[in-house]
Amino acid sequence: MSFVEMAIFVSIPIIIASMLLMLYRVAVGPSLEDRVVALDLIATTAIGFVAVYSIISNSTTVLDVGIIIAMLAFLGTTAFAYYLERRSKT
Amino acid sequence: MKSIILQTATRYLLPMLLLFSFFLLFRGHNSPGGGFVGGLVASAAYALYSIAFGVEEAKKLLRIEPVYLIATGLMLALFSGMIAFFSFDTFMTAKWSDLNFPLFGKLGTPLLFDLGVYIVVIGITLKILFTISEEVKP
Repeated sequence: MSFVEMAIFVSIPIIIASMLLMLYRVAVGPSLEDRVVALDLIATTAIGFVAVYSIISNSTTVLDVGIIIAMLAFLGTTAFAYYLERRSKT
Repeated sequence: MKSIILQTATRYLLPMLLLFSFFLLFRGHNSPGGGFVGGLVASAAYALYSIAFGVEEAKKLLRIEPVYLIATGLMLALFSGMIAFFSFDTFMTAKWSDLNFPLFGKLGTPLLFDLGVYIVVIGITLKILFTISEEVKP
């Protein structure tokens, strides 16, 4: 077993376990802000998963999915912050 | 919402997102990408700009009404199909030129069709976005 295979074998269960923890936070989270932060974290972890998947499938085209997820997660979090701020003002 | 951090970040992110959308547009047809995804990324760039600076500024940046963009894209897609129709082939047959460019590869009517889809997606998404943000405004 090479080093890369061992790294994949270790990293995928860690990513899945952290995603499950974040899903728990999205479902239970006491306030709306907690849920927004957890959703942003899920997107960031998904980028890590896409990177690992591009190593497994040995293709660089999958990495562009990670770029798009990063940009759209930033946009989504900004939009959530915009509406949260407007809600707290009124 | 006036935030200096967001406005400065948006000024740097907008050209990068537009460049990435063009990259997706030109890479399509043979590998993942294409007009639809490129148009969505480009309209996401304008959505980010409209969140940071306000809808009026985003409209000023776009300069054209989104409805005209939809019409232009549809006409471009129809025109790319008509080229094959008028050279006595089936409608929408792909016509490739023999010219080879270093970045784009071969040019042909599928690129023209993808460009039409790109413009239509930008127009429709921005029309929806502008309409919604005007309705919400108190």
